[in-house]
Amino acid sequence: MVKGLKIQHKIYLGLMFLFLYAPIFVLVLYSFNASEAMGRWTGFTLKWYRELFRSDVIKNAFYYTIICAIISTIVSTVFGTVAAIGIYYHKKRVQDYVLNVNYLPVINPDIVTAVSLMLLYISVGIQRGFTTMVLAHIMFSTPYVILSVLPRLQAMDPHLIDAAQDLGATQLQAVRKVIIPEIMPGIIAGMLIAFTMSIDDFVISYFNTSGGVTNLSIEIFNMAKRRIRPTVNALATLMVAVIVMFVFIINRIGSKKKMEYRLKEDEK
Amino acid sequence: MNRTIKALLYPYVVWIAMMIVVPFFLIFFYSITQSRPDSPAIFRFTLQHYREFFKTENINILSKSVILAVETTILCLVLGYPAAWIISKTNVNIQNMILLLFILPMWINMLLRTYAWQVILSRTGLLYTDTAVVIGMVYNFIPFMVLPIYTAITKIDKSLIEAANDLGASSKEAFLKVVFPLSMPGVITGIVMVFLPAVSSFAIPRLLGGGQYVLIGNLIEKQFYLLNNWNFGSAVSVILMILILISMRFMRKSGEISGRGGAILW
Amino acid sequence: MKRFFLVIFTVVAVFFITACSNKNQGGNDSGKQVLNVFNWGEYIGFDPVTINGVTYDNVIDAFEKIYNVKVNYETFDSNEAMYTKLIAGDARYDVIIPSDYMIERLIKQDRLNKLDFSLIPNYSLISQDIVNKLDEEYPDIEMNDYVVPYFYGTVGIVYDKTKVTKTVDSWSILWDEDYKKKIFMYDSQRDSLMVALKLLGYSMNTHDLDELQQAKEKLIEQKPLVYAYVGDSVNQQMIDGEAYLAVVYSGDAAYIMYNNPNMSFAIPKEGTNFWIDSMVIPKTSQNVELAHKFINFMISPEIARANTEYVMYTTPVEQVFNEVIEEDWANNYAYNPTIIDVFGGNIQTEVFRDPGDFIKEYDKIWSEVLSPERNYIVPIVIGGVVIIGLVAYLVLKKRKNRVY
Repeated sequence: MVKGLKIQHKIYLGLMFLFLYAPIFVLVLYSFNASEAMGRWTGFTLKWYRELFRSDVIKNAFYYTIICAIISTIVSTVFGTVAAIGIYYHKKRVQDYVLNVNYLPVINPDIVTAVSLMLLYISVGIQRGFTTMVLAHIMFSTPYVILSVLPRLQAMDPHLIDAAQDLGATQLQAVRKVIIPEIMPGIIAGMLIAFTMSIDDFVISYFNTSGGVTNLSIEIFNMAKRRIRPTVNALATLMVAVIVMFVFIINRIGSKKKMEYRLKEDEK
Repeated sequence: MNRTIKALLYPYVVWIAMMIVVPFFLIFFYSITQSRPDSPAIFRFTLQHYREFFKTENINILSKSVILAVETTILCLVLGYPAAWIISKTNVNIQNMILLLFILPMWINMLLRTYAWQVILSRTGLLYTDTAVVIGMVYNFIPFMVLPIYTAITKIDKSLIEAANDLGASSKEAFLKVVFPLSMPGVITGIVMVFLPAVSSFAIPRLLGGGQYVLIGNLIEKQFYLLNNWNFGSAVSVILMILILISMRFMRKSGEISGRGGAILW
Repeated sequence: MKRFFLVIFTVVAVFFITACSNKNQGGNDSGKQVLNVFNWGEYIGFDPVTINGVTYDNVIDAFEKIYNVKVNYETFDSNEAMYTKLIAGDARYDVIIPSDYMIERLIKQDRLNKLDFSLIPNYSLISQDIVNKLDEEYPDIEMNDYVVPYFYGTVGIVYDKTKVTKTVDSWSILWDEDYKKKIFMYDSQRDSLMVALKLLGYSMNTHDLDELQQAKEKLIEQKPLVYAYVGDSVNQQMIDGEAYLAVVYSGDAAYIMYNNPNMSFAIPKEGTNFWIDSMVIPKTSQNVELAHKFINFMISPEIARANTEYVMYTTPVEQVFNEVIEEDWANNYAYNPTIIDVFGGNIQTEVFRDPGDFIKEYDKIWSEVLSPERNYIVPIVIGGVVIIGLVAYLVLKKRKNRVY
């Protein structure tokens, strides 16, 4: 059943995207608004972009948000993948124990996770700051990576490792050259989820950082008490632009590779 | 052969013991103790905090949260399933791009997006109504429904569908009897990934529904922020956790019943 | 298309690099002193400020460059959140800017340093009225030994004068059926309870449960007329004209009126809350001398001016206040009602006192006000039964199918 896309399907998808991007559009639009308050258009201006470059508070928050997201994503992806592989090779009982605990941060409301970590840090006497925030992010991201990688492992042909070893590979080589490529989609997915969770996190970060270390969500939340300067809109707009750009680039690269692959196939 | 690979797990076990087990134990501990305000080291065990929860207003708050989460989940399912199915049918080259574009809004700060919704909803006169809250919630969670369902659908062996067609099924029947049941694990995952955060969410309902929306997330947060009542806050957290675990059990059961167990995210 | 993306990318890259370089300048720098400031969000001058001919990006930047130090600027959104973070003990804040009642609590818990006013020569610029007010209102503690006032104001009603034609001079207008669903109330237990208590003629600091019950009844009575209980976003919504009446802080009213000329501000005759946010130095500060310098800096005329122009809250620095009301705020009653009415005794005001543990009672009452009218227990029970039934059905179905 290789049916093409009917027009009503395309319309449905289009509407869905309209829904998803409506607020984004509003945010971008009002980043150019001369008035300070969102909601009333009083003229076009670039002043918020200029202010964005001057604003220490926002730059600081942006910096910490991104660095924390990048570090925690990389660490949790590696950690989670390794752990998932380890889990896969244990017996079911061990798997169940580990997985049940592993999923606790996933199923718990952020506020509970946030507070529990705060209690931990206070009891142990660790000063809260950048390290504690990153650790917290790793803590809640890794389970998602595992959630993402494990099914791929389970769907993998178990004889691949044996085949590799028969051909002379050591265990670690087998893991690197055979397993990892097989589960790569899961790893990438996990990485994306980890990044998403980290970059937008508020509650967990709020309770687990201090001393000048902050992130965008916390700053925006604190600004909201009085007013949200469109400077933040400007930042959001830039982020949207960069991400969209990356998406297109990645897609271009992807389809180029597919083209090359197909040409090679034809040559055979 | 397996020993080295098995050892890969050990660092993680240490990690979760420290970062997951201990913290949650601490919460549990706080929930069943009460210490004197001036000397926190002296405490006694008590169930008073749990008893305090079982008052009408609190139950009402919990119910409201659950009902809202259920509405959100159902809407996400109804709207998200077709979307996932359509995406799976698009040109293979652009599928990944479409998915990324789907997730992209989630990388823009949630508070900002909700403020933008405030602007949109006030223009249409819907702000501070129940509808507004549901719209905001569905908006926030629908990608979590679409992605797992999409994954499940794409995993389905195409030859099964062809076989069904060969045996004389119309495309509608093929869908109902082959595709839909086989996509169930994805549906279950989607439901879980929407319902759980939805039930504890409080920011969106507060912003789009006005302060009248007091939900269980608010209640917990208030204890830690405002009222300095960490014990009660922990008790409510534990209750919420238990409730969630129970609903997870139900999910698992129905997941296993319909054929495939376990949660698949991707 | 490509060029457009290239531009965006460069812009973001530059932004990120400047953000990074900012960071590096501060942290691991050659022994620069560090000052940790803890303040409300959007509560300091973020516009460029010029001092002695040199222009700085904003007030913090000015302080950093003039004194050659690094400022870690952290924000909070409520006094209670600030308090939780402060007592958690790990953050070494040097200067905090909380509200009056919270300062009262901090003083009573012996968490603040007494100020050395020899290090704050600009203190003489602070209006004597404010200083006296603090003495009057908090007689049991020597507040003025610990604080330097930062912003002050009242709570009142901001309203659309083109839509509200009746005289606005009483809290009771917020109970007026004519303005149904066009009223914003504050999503804060203390502020909303205050309104009801004042309307009934009681003290906003009352611990009398009977009076509180009456206030609760009043608020429940008002519920159908309230468009929403808003916390933040009331500013933006009033500027947009979403509602006709709102309970706001005078500083927010000033901001709203500045952006929407239809808006006007009134302080009800039954009286209202008068509040003062001040700068204090906690005992956990590790750089008390620098903290004093910062406080002195903040009340210097140019900086006080920069702050009040940006935040639009009323400044206690007398000469700046006088300049500013001559120029911008002459017609803005929200900004300067105090001299005539408050200090002149025309309007009764009260400050908030620290409720201590009694806050739980306030919270209980407030929860009862916000509690939904409908009882949700029945739907939940029905829902639970349905779910259990569904699962049971599926289990039975599976069992049946196994029988071949």
